[in-house]
Amino acid sequence: MLATPLKELLDQAPDGLPEAFAVVGGFDDALVHGLARLGEERAAALSALAGAVAATPLGERAADAAAKAAAGSVTDDDLAVLAGARAALLGAAHDALLDSLDTALGRTRAPLEPAAAAPPAADPFAGARSWLRELAIAGWRGVDHDLVAAAGQTIEALLDEPRLRRQAALLDGLAAELRACCPVAAMPRPPVRRWADLWTRALLFARPGAAPGIGEDVPSVSGRLFVLGVDVHEHATAVQVQAHGVLEPAGGEPPRLVRTSVAAAKVDTIVGPALWRLFGGYPVLLGALAGRHALEVTGLPLLASGDLIWHDDRAVAGEPFDPFAVARIRLAGALAPAVPALDRHPVRIAEPVLAEDYTIERGERPALRLGEARLEFDLDRLPSCGPLTPELVAASTACIGLVRWDAGRWLLQPLAVAATVKRKPVVAHGGEWATGPTDPKVVKAEARSGDAVAVLRERAGRLLRR
Amino acid sequence: MDADTTAWESSSVARVVPPARPRKLAKVPFVELAEGRLQGVVSSGSDIDRVYVSSIAAAGHGYNCSTNNNRPCGGLGGAPCKHLRALADEAVLQYGIERVARYLRADVDGAASTGADLIAALSGGREPAPAAIVFSRFLRHLTYLELPVTTEPIPELHWFPATGAAR
Ligand SMILES: [Zn+2]
Repeated sequence: MLATPLKELLDQAPDGLPEAFAVVGGFDDALVHGLARLGEERAAALSALAGAVAATPLGERAADAAAKAAAGSVTDDDLAVLAGARAALLGAAHDALLDSLDTALGRTRAPLEPAAAAPPAADPFAGARSWLRELAIAGWRGVDHDLVAAAGQTIEALLDEPRLRRQAALLDGLAAELRACCPVAAMPRPPVRRWADLWTRALLFARPGAAPGIGEDVPSVSGRLFVLGVDVHEHATAVQVQAHGVLEPAGGEPPRLVRTSVAAAKVDTIVGPALWRLFGGYPVLLGALAGRHALEVTGLPLLASGDLIWHDDRAVAGEPFDPFAVARIRLAGALAPAVPALDRHPVRIAEPVLAEDYTIERGERPALRLGEARLEFDLDRLPSCGPLTPELVAASTACIGLVRWDAGRWLLQPLAVAATVKRKPVVAHGGEWATGPTDPKVVKAEARSGDAVAVLRERAGRLLRR
Repeated sequence: MDADTTAWESSSVARVVPPARPRKLAKVPFVELAEGRLQGVVSSGSDIDRVYVSSIAAAGHGYNCSTNNNRPCGGLGGAPCKHLRALADEAVLQYGIERVARYLRADVDGAASTGADLIAALSGGREPAPAAIVFSRFLRHLTYLELPVTTEPIPELHWFPATGAAR
């Protein structure tokens, strides 16, 4: 990351961004109070949303849906159109933001190939759509225990079908937050943007064929994978480890930025280093994360989105390497993947970068300073399953991280740092504890609390199959 | 409205539910604040096939304890049994006393820090409770661990960043 282009990125928001978010904010406010209580001002906000997409193929339908919402006769399809309009605006915001980031990083991105039409699929989503409609009508302020509980069976049925894991994980995460905040009317301020995002996403994916899964025609790649860092996602009942890296394809094609993921269902009491125990079936991947060695992979499906579909039996451990050295040499020239149309949302921006030769600005919101540029660290994103701490980041001199954007600002999420602690150089990586914690204090704490996964699996074995 | 409130409202990744704190699960594998109760499941110390279902209601603080086969707990006299005391201890470890007390609308003082302090702040007596429902919620909770791991990406989880390193 270079100081001058970074400064330009931080100083210049893309044109039209505040206006787009103002329109989105109007719709989100309508969801706070509920479509049953729109009133003139919030009905106008829906018209404004429709107006913002007037020049697109959605335009006419959106205007119609906004009018029907104002008249109090909104259908499932109308709601989907309004959700689509909101997603289109945020998709445009995403594109503008990612474009300026690519420019600042000098990154080349593969063009998006048009998606093949999804084959007709079954519709197991009627329950989900009806719950999401009830939420929209009641508004967040109207959410109570009964309304949250109404999603229970729907979510249970989606969880039972492995191909619908995406929808299930999203709805389960949203429902858990609403449950914890019940009655929402008593909450000082609900997380307005967040819940509207989750609602929109859930509604757009509660349609047959929205997430068709991996087809037969996905190309496979072989080569050498260097994992530069891991990003961990987690809510009470799901965890996903997403490894970001550079793939050197066999046959001498140029290197590519890729990600590979493993995700498990879990329960709220499985937290911290115990999370890794859920991925015991992936010893080659976990070994590479913990041991910092390259992976020789053969015939792994690679999606256009840059997602490498992991198969532990198609990979073997390669040589140990220094992620900072590989990041320094490889990140600049690697080809970045296209972003699938429906994934275009600012929250999805997560570009791996190497920052070094910076100084640290401490304070309430620690940041790195590179020349004139000041980039804040995202310290809320340091997972409990790894060794990274705010103190280590504050002592860092180099950082592999993901550039992210949220709530109007750019942030750097640290994935690995080189730091000086007590005048000694230390290096810490988010995946370091993948095969067990290495910090004696954490090892002791783990031994004290016992193996949560094993305890619950024993209980499941004894009580579930009776 | 201050800047922090605005940032919270306009953040896609605002942190809504604090993650549970790690605790030993062997004795009390399941604790939840749900359906207006602190409720959970306590493994029997003597019979590995038996569990106790214990609960304390937020409204009136009525409590109950029974086996998963709906037999009343023998330890339940005029005061909470050892299972209810264990439930309170583990709930405080998992959620922190503040969150549990707030949910139960229990009046604990600032020095309160343990399950015993929480129990001392309750005023209710023994009351019927839907043990079968709580037990089935526990079984449902366990089924999450039976779901297969997936290697297909779940882009939706970008809205749920892992956190908690500021321990
Ligand atoms: Zn008892």
